[in-house]
Amino acid sequence: MAKPIIANIPDSPPIDQVGVEERAARLSSRSIKKSSKVSALKLALSMIDLTTLEGSDTPGKVRQLCYKAAHLHDVFPGLPTVGAVCVYPNYVRIAKKELEGSGINVAAVATAFPSGNSTLQVKLDDTKYAVDEGADEIDMVISRGKFLAGEYNFVYDEIAAIKEACGKAHLKVILETGELSTYDNVRKASDIAMYAGGDFIKTSTGKISPAATLPVTLVMLEAIRDYYYKTGKMVGMKPAGGIRTAKQSLQYLVTLRETLGQAWMNNHWFRFGASSLANDILMQLVKEQTGVYQSLDYFSKD
Amino acid sequence: MSEKKKKIHLDFNTEWEYAPAPESADHVQLKKQYELFINGKWVKPSSGKYFDTINPATEEKLASIAEANEKDVDLAVKAARNAYDKYWSKMSGAERGKYIFRIARMLQEKAREFAVIESMDGGKPIRESRDIDIPLAASHFFYYAGWADKLEYAFPNRNPGPLGVAGQITPWNFPLLMVAWKLAPALATGNTVVLKPAETTSLTALKLAELIQEADLPPGVVNVVTGYGATGAAIVNHPDVDKIAFTGSTAVGKIIQRAIAGTHKKVTLELGGKAANIIFEDAPLDQAVEGIINGIFFNQGHVCCAGSRLFVQEGVYDTVLRKLKDRMETLIVGDPLDKNTDVGAINSQDQLRTIQEYLKIGQKEGAEMYQSSCPVPKKGFWCRPTLFLHASQSHRIVQEEIFGPVLAVQTFRTVAEVIEKANNTPYGLSAGVWTDKGSKIFNMTTQMRAGVVWANTYNKFDPTSPFGGYKESGFGREGGLHGLQPYLKM
Repeated sequence: MAKPIIANIPDSPPIDQVGVEERAARLSSRSIKKSSKVSALKLALSMIDLTTLEGSDTPGKVRQLCYKAAHLHDVFPGLPTVGAVCVYPNYVRIAKKELEGSGINVAAVATAFPSGNSTLQVKLDDTKYAVDEGADEIDMVISRGKFLAGEYNFVYDEIAAIKEACGKAHLKVILETGELSTYDNVRKASDIAMYAGGDFIKTSTGKISPAATLPVTLVMLEAIRDYYYKTGKMVGMKPAGGIRTAKQSLQYLVTLRETLGQAWMNNHWFRFGASSLANDILMQLVKEQTGVYQSLDYFSKD
Repeated sequence: MSEKKKKIHLDFNTEWEYAPAPESADHVQLKKQYELFINGKWVKPSSGKYFDTINPATEEKLASIAEANEKDVDLAVKAARNAYDKYWSKMSGAERGKYIFRIARMLQEKAREFAVIESMDGGKPIRESRDIDIPLAASHFFYYAGWADKLEYAFPNRNPGPLGVAGQITPWNFPLLMVAWKLAPALATGNTVVLKPAETTSLTALKLAELIQEADLPPGVVNVVTGYGATGAAIVNHPDVDKIAFTGSTAVGKIIQRAIAGTHKKVTLELGGKAANIIFEDAPLDQAVEGIINGIFFNQGHVCCAGSRLFVQEGVYDTVLRKLKDRMETLIVGDPLDKNTDVGAINSQDQLRTIQEYLKIGQKEGAEMYQSSCPVPKKGFWCRPTLFLHASQSHRIVQEEIFGPVLAVQTFRTVAEVIEKANNTPYGLSAGVWTDKGSKIFNMTTQMRAGVVWANTYNKFDPTSPFGGYKESGFGREGGLHGLQPYLKM
């Protein structure tokens, strides 16, 4: 079978599954202790996109989440705020109002999230609506069906069109790696998303298992690195879904540090899509300070 | 344009740093002085001489080690012969297997102590001694314990029987692991052993002797005589030794072969190497870079099968070098006991001098030297991860085994060219091939004159897999079913 060619995109290199999983395992064996752990956990907190994407979301729940985003644990001074709050488009206006003046962005999922099965027009309208409501960031999904069928140009064009519709809003492109089945596909989808204009590439919707994994994130970070060397442009990374513990967040930061280095070590270029991660990190931070673990009942659940 | 190009650069010197994460050495029990282990007892050397073993990362003394001379070796061989005649050759395979299983289990139980001692005495990072050396040593004992009562099934209708007393001489790069590679098959096949560990790294072999004592092996089945080359020579030249197994340099291997010529002694030699690690342009490049790193910087490059000659297909040379240099910047060189250390201390002052000599030679020969920018501690023996770019086949740094973290890099255009260059060496221990194309792998592996060829990986070891060389890398195989053969007469 001849390789379908996508205009203006260099061939994606093959990925060796065994090798990438070994490398990820080695990165996760780094031992992060004491002051190094505390500063990393604070950094991780500032990178969280606090997320609620449920059919049962309510205006009240969104408001609570926004308050939590700016007040992670008020009894613990010196904590950062999270990077953004991530909601469905119809809650953007509420979130925007709640977060006014906090410096925290509002991200909206769009483009027939989470399946992406709709027409381009519907996706464009969805995107424009979210932007008009005040979204600072748009998290779109790619058409996995088309991608798996080999229609790479379709996927590329769609991302480019959504990027245009975003205007000033940052575009995060969700690859839904749990549906792409191979690391080769993850790499190819990453390349398409970046060359089509995505500001961030993101692993997952959180609605499919597996969601983010460390090897998948590593493959995407390596794609970002190659793209940077080729074009001089930085692209951000957002692993999302399945990252629940402080320890996992440290493993992701180690991977980020040793793949892309200093320039990416901030919430302009790296985010965690997570809902329960923040409280686990807070527990660890309090433990580092007091020497004992507190009950989860001391940490607000919003 | 050039201004803009300049800025494209990754900075791994990040604000966020890893705090030191040292493995505790509090639980380690080391004696001030170690005697010789002969006939199940600790005996003083007849010369009364001892030498120091030091920690190469701190240059501090760890213990005094007895130096065995010909008299001591003779005692050890007599003990081994006696144990062979009286107990070990008479015992059923199943019973021998029980002892070996016991050694394996006890080694697992004490794995942490062994790992820490290995790193203190030899300089290798605790990550490697903890995750590779010690577990792999235990699994060799487990594996060969299983064969002890199945030798007749391993070699049907050949009536396999033990040789007698085996003299085993092990190197300093994987001190305990190499002892395990040698002891396990020898014991499983019913031979008794006189073992001489390398003089800079005797401690884990001596700890293993303590463990063997505790495991209650019949006295004399395993004897450990520590010392320098003269001690090894005494073993090799002893008339009552039936088999020599040696891992070490090609130069010493040649001496051994000369010494035993015309005797009844059987021999296996696992000697030096200068392996080619070959990257084709269709390779999974990021993983290949990891394989290059693992190939040459694993155990500070003190690896006989290290991928010390890199061949990169010209179309991806710039990309691979860029990735390699970036990856080298993230290697942490320092305290072997720190869990985050990637590259530890050079094993000894002598070895450091040898490596530094080659760094000079390489530059004089006209290759371009590149080293990572990492800081190294003031005390101890250290060498930064090093590349030599634009090396050529006639350079000494390409021809000779450096046994350090030094990689000679060349490019190639065609398959025929790279096979010719890869095989153009007196060595032939191992090689690596990186390509996404299966047919290319098989074509390469059939033409490489090397005992082990890794495809899309490097430095992978398993007790079930035979290991050994072609040409001046030695002969005989260790590991797997093949590893039984050199200890059996059939």
